[in-house]
Amino acid sequence: MTKKPISFMLNDAEIGIFVGEGAPLIDELRRNAGDLTPKQGCNQGTCGACTVLIDGVPHLSCITLAETVDGKRIDTTGGLAGGPNLHALQDAFIQGFAAQCGFCTSGMLMAAKALLDANPNPSRDQVIEAISGNLCRCTGYEPIVDAILAAAARLQGRAV
Amino acid sequence: MVAVDTYPTMAEAAGALAEGSRYLGGGTIVMRAVNYGDQSFDRIVRAAQVDRGVGSDAGGIRIGAATTMADILSAPDLVFLHPVARSIGGPAIRNMATVGGNLFAENPYGDMAVALLALDAQVVMTSGQSQPIESFLADRDHARGIVGAVIVPRVDQHAFRFRKVSRVKPKGVSVMSIAANLRHGDPRVAFGNMAPVPTRARGAERALAQGVNDSSITAACAACTEGLQPADDALASAWYRAEVAPVHLKRLLLNEGAV
Repeated sequence: MTKKPISFMLNDAEIGIFVGEGAPLIDELRRNAGDLTPKQGCNQGTCGACTVLIDGVPHLSCITLAETVDGKRIDTTGGLAGGPNLHALQDAFIQGFAAQCGFCTSGMLMAAKALLDANPNPSRDQVIEAISGNLCRCTGYEPIVDAILAAAARLQGRAV
Repeated sequence: MVAVDTYPTMAEAAGALAEGSRYLGGGTIVMRAVNYGDQSFDRIVRAAQVDRGVGSDAGGIRIGAATTMADILSAPDLVFLHPVARSIGGPAIRNMATVGGNLFAENPYGDMAVALLALDAQVVMTSGQSQPIESFLADRDHARGIVGAVIVPRVDQHAFRFRKVSRVKPKGVSVMSIAANLRHGDPRVAFGNMAPVPTRARGAERALAQGVNDSSITAACAACTEGLQPADDALASAWYRAEVAPVHLKRLLLNEGAV
């Protein structure tokens, strides 16, 4: 089984790894690049737990062929916080009890980040649409939607 | 384990396809099969340069096979397909799933193919060969080569209707989907997930050929399951699908109710 060398930006760090032929990106990120923040859930593109941003756009890393990200930029939850300072979304998720078991959380955060990057002032319906590909079996979604709206408000300097 | 061979162009990739190999488009079908240990192929073929453009063509609008659902949503020429693209997956899936791949999506997926069937699209292979989508879909398990593009004839946007029936909103797979092109004299009505592949409801089309009015709608609904072969799956039984298909077709024809 041959390995292929690829290099890409992972959360501001340039890295080079050898990826297995046919390997999905999630496996290479977790086992090879050492970033355990994307979660492996359904492995069939249904649950959204493995959501990462490829060149700023949400993709499901479980059904992305790893070698196709050569030369691209990947953002994961691992790069959201700046040192000890959590990203506004992470903060809002904690404050709003938007994570219970936490398995969906990193996918939710990346889907939400992609939304806020493109649309800093989304409506509630736009938030619901943005996380519609991410399953959560704990919260009933309402605290997650509230947290994303709260983070958007904070990033805009508005009162929640 | 799976080998991956990348060719410069889609045409070269098509030439390299053989028994036991699959062409990788957006990954939503093929990588899922890889993850689940599908033994029917051991080689992935892909192309570095793919056709991801939307543009005018003599026969209508040409949509490159690698055009994603998100690309469709940002194409002003394809406004009539926006509700279809929006109904597919969540945002991440829409950034990956392609028009070409959707032609091969098995039930309960493949809603875009249903719309393209109602629109009488032509499927153009990378070899240049072209065929109507209806015969392409009927024989898709034996398709040779790689789809390069689909060509959608110009359509009166007000005549085109689409509705996806799913149990979960905003994202859920189809109990069934229905697309209709209600052009005068030669209408098209297509159902998804009501047969092994997207299928035209010829009985309904015959009834609507005289125009869309109360009596033709009644006749179309009564005849709409003619030729369909709904199946049982985890979402609904075949019996249920056949019972509610006329109800959903009627709502589509009357343009009523939430989609």
